This record gives sequence, C-alpha cells and structure tokens, in this order.
Amino acid sequence: MATTQAENTVTTYPTASGGTVSSTVPVGAVYAESSALNWGASLVEGAVVLDDTVASNAPWSAVVKKGHVLTIVDVGGNQSADCLIYNADDPEERYSVPDTLAWQGNAYVRTGTVLHSSEGRPLMTVVANEIDRQDTIGGACGKESNSLRYGHHVMFHHGCRENFLAEAARHGLGVRDLVSNLNWFMNVPVEADGALGIVDGMSAPGRRVAVRAETDVLVLVSNCPQMNNPCNDFNPTPLRMIVVDPQSPASPGSPDSGSPQSAQHPSTPEGAA
Amino acid sequence: MTTAEGPTATAPHGPHPTDQPTAVHEQQPTGQAPASARELHLTDSVRSARDDARAQGGQASDWMPYLPASGSPHRPPGVDPAALVWAETVAPGGYTHKVLARGTRLRFDDPTGDACAHLLLFNALEPVERLNVADTQKIPWQAYLGENHPLLSGDGRVMAVITGDSSGRHDAFCGTTTDAWNERKYGDARPEGPSPSGRGLLVKAAAKHGLSRRDLPPGVSFFQGVRVAADGTLAWQGGAGPGTHVELVAELPLLVLVANVAHPLDPRPDYVVGPLRVHAWRGTPTGPGAPRFTATPELHRAYLNTVDYCEARGL
Repeated sequence: MATTQAENTVTTYPTASGGTVSSTVPVGAVYAESSALNWGASLVEGAVVLDDTVASNAPWSAVVKKGHVLTIVDVGGNQSADCLIYNADDPEERYSVPDTLAWQGNAYVRTGTVLHSSEGRPLMTVVANEIDRQDTIGGACGKESNSLRYGHHVMFHHGCRENFLAEAARHGLGVRDLVSNLNWFMNVPVEADGALGIVDGMSAPGRRVAVRAETDVLVLVSNCPQMNNPCNDFNPTPLRMIVVDPQSPASPGSPDSGSPQSAQHPSTPEGAA
Repeated sequence: MTTAEGPTATAPHGPHPTDQPTAVHEQQPTGQAPASARELHLTDSVRSARDDARAQGGQASDWMPYLPASGSPHRPPGVDPAALVWAETVAPGGYTHKVLARGTRLRFDDPTGDACAHLLLFNALEPVERLNVADTQKIPWQAYLGENHPLLSGDGRVMAVITGDSSGRHDAFCGTTTDAWNERKYGDARPEGPSPSGRGLLVKAAAKHGLSRRDLPPGVSFFQGVRVAADGTLAWQGGAGPGTHVELVAELPLLVLVANVAHPLDPRPDYVVGPLRVHAWRGTPTGPGAPRFTATPELHRAYLNTVDYCEARGL
C-alpha cells in the first residue's frame, strides 16, 4: 500500500568544490581516516604533463599522447582502477581483452604486456609494474550485475559501469563503446579447476603500474566504488594518475623529478604475500 | 585547505596537490564504517569469495526493485498483484528506466513529500518520437499538469495521459537540473556524489537503451510545483506533503526514464529529495468509447493519430 514515512535523513558531505552540502542521497562509502596512504611518484622519468587525483568512487579520463607514460598509483592499496582505452583519433578502435590475451598467450597482465585494440594494434604497453599480476578478465561492476551477485537490495549502489557511462558521455561515447576492461590492482585468479573470482588483492599503498601510449589514446578509469567484494579491500581509496613525457627532461625541483617517495614505498608490503 | 574543522574535497579532475600530499582527504568517511567492513568478509580464495558474495543475498533495502513485481511491499490500493509489471523504490538521487507496453498503468508515489520524479518518455519502437513539452503545454491550452492532461510527442500523438493526481504540484517549465546548475548551487554534481544532476542521471538511463545526450529533450517533473506569476516569475510551490501520487496510462509502447533529484528551483540549501515509489500494471489504452478520447478537439485528434499509428503497426 502507498504509505507515508518518516522524514528524510540529511547527511553532510564534502563537495568537489571544497565546501559541504547536506543531502539525502545515499552516497557510497569511502576510506577510513586511519587508512595508510602513499601518493607515490611516476615510475618513469620525464616532464610531468598531467598529475591528477581521482577521488574514491569517481571516474577519470585523459588523452595520453603517443610516447607518454601514464603511472597509476594505488594510493591506499588494493584499490581497483577499472580501465578502458580508446584510439583517441578513432574511438571505434578500443581496448580488446581477447586480442591482448591471445597475443601474449597469457591470462594475466604484467610488465611487457601489450594492450591490443579490437583491430589487433598496440594501444599501450605495460612498461613497469609493482604487483605480481594485473587483471583483465574480471570485468567491471555495475548496478545490474551487482544485483545478480549480491541481491536486488544493492541496485542503487554506485558501480563502475555508471562511472564509465558518465565519463564516456563527456567524450561523445556511450553504452555501445563499453567493452571488457582492465582492472589495475585487482586480483582475479583462475584456479586449476577453472574457478574464477575476485579475491583479496596483492597490492599495497603506493604500488604502481606504468603504461606507455603506442598511439594517442583516450584512457577512461573508474575508481571502483564496490563495497560487496574485496576488489577495493572494502575501503575505497583515491588513485593518482601521473603522465610524463620521457623525451623531455623533468623540470628541476619538480616533486616527481627524482624518487623522493621511494622511501615511503615499503619493499615488502603486507598485502604482497 | 581545511583539515581540522571540516572535510575537504578534491575535484575529480583537479591537479594533484603535491605540496601537501599527506593532507589530502577527498571525502570524509561516511557512516558506513568501511574499516570494519573489511573484517566482515572472508575472501582469500575463490571459494570463500563466492560464499561471501552469496551470503549477502535476500536482504532488503529502503530503495530497491521488487522482483517479481507482484510481491511489492508497497502495492497501490486496489491493484491486482498479478497485474503488476514494475515495482521499485528509487533512491534519493537515483534513477530508473523501463519499457512499458501500450495500455500499461504507471504510478508514482511520494511517501515523504520530498520526491521529485523527473520524467522523459520515448516511443519504445521509434525513440526519435519523444516527449515534447512545448506541445504538451500548448496543445491542451494549459501550462500546469494535472488529471486528464496528455503528455504529447512532437509527432502529434498522445504518449501518456495523467489519469490520477493527488498532488497537484508539478512542473513543465524548468526541466531537470544540469551539472552546471548543481555545481553552482551545491558545489558538486558528480554522479556518484551527494548532489547528482537529473540530466547526468538521465544520460546514464538513456545509455542503457542506446540513446545519448542528443536524444534527451526537455522533460517534466512531478511532486514539486512551480507556478508562473503575473510578471513571469517562476514561483516555487514545493510539494503537497507526504503520501501523494500520480497515475498515468501509456498510450504508446513507452521507454520511460525517471530521475529522482531535487528540483532546480528547490529553495532549500540542502539537497533534499525523498524516495520515489514506482509501480506499473497491465491495462488497456484509452479507446474511442472513453470520455477522455473526445474530451477536447485537440485531444480527440491526438488520440485519432495515436490509434492510427498503433493499428498500422499491429499494436
């Protein structure tokens, strides 16, 4: 029956512009204040052309020019960075999981993996990687697929497909342009009997991966908001995205010109066992 | 950058604050206690992760779709449960979408008095035919939506008609909010944030039916009223209190997109929107025998156009 109910509960949240807003919207969880964060630095030397923070739960995109290197920093550890890549000049050519896997004859992404397009051409190459393996078979979470995995009660939880749709729309792309994706810092083993699933991650705060653009590419990332499986360690944290031009020297005094953060990067992170 | 007195935020596309890398908190933790959430899950193998995921089933939420629809805990009075085809509570700041057969009854309920249902309609068979708000106001010679008001397409047909209205507080002038509007008003319009825009949500709803931004026309909204003063001022009426509803009949096969967001003119500094209940059930379209079919010369011709289209298509 149509019934009335108690007043809507208002909660105060920080806004993107630095203020606050009180809202009845059920916003997704973000990391605990006690979380260890390591903001890292570029894995590759060169002039910094972009240095962005991606807030917990948020989408991000940028064009990375041919030859430039994108470092993704897993600032809080075990934070899945769902990722799609497009030929910036012809987005109908996009990242292809099967082409990438078949080309290298291996199910996991590691240093040296060439990220191939739907036309079989190289889009990007993994030039450095600080976790044992990266995932490209686990796909992205979404409102609808969450309802299959966890129940209809999670239908209004935010998901990566929502982030991809919102960010893709900024570039004139839509649902037809979403394909199987990469999940940086997510752990999806395929066991001997074929069992496959998202399990506890192998990353840690400050762990990084670096990918070099082999042509001008549009990179879409969803900083995964999932709170129902371990892909974010149940604690969604920020990401840092640094693009450098290795052909140009790093400017003197740049915080990323050396590797001052390397001391913050533990050599044996707890989660790397 | 504030650190002690309140939360700070970093724009999703903002530059990285390398000068103060340790002071960055892009969002304050919410009440969902993620730190303890980690301890609630054993997920160290595929088998344990599968068991953990499956153990989450069967729960209820304040906002969720009810499947099957016949089991809705909020079934409208007098509706046969077996006839229900859609039952859902849309979260504040949430959206939903559905393709409905011609003749389907569609009802929105505002249980708290703070819902605001921003609606777009498309011909499900040919989505280039869509709600035309100008015709919806001009053809009936009436700016304010209410009972028996048709929602017209730009192709001279009735897409839906309002058959019940206990609110009377609606708006066909202001459309829905945009990111630019909400960024100015609330400082934030991130789709995942506390003050999403209606257009941002409708873009995502439309995408799930292969439509994109250029397919989204101006829309109408239910449950928060606007009136035009003599000098043209758009005057905020607000809601009619908790427990009102609006009911429509689909006169064409419809793609329905709904965003439940704060109205653009809502004067409250807070982003206040309540849950929105949606139910739909099988029914028959308005036929030549109904008084509504010939209620006005304009509506009569609109219905003749609608029936002509549907009969040719075998609907």
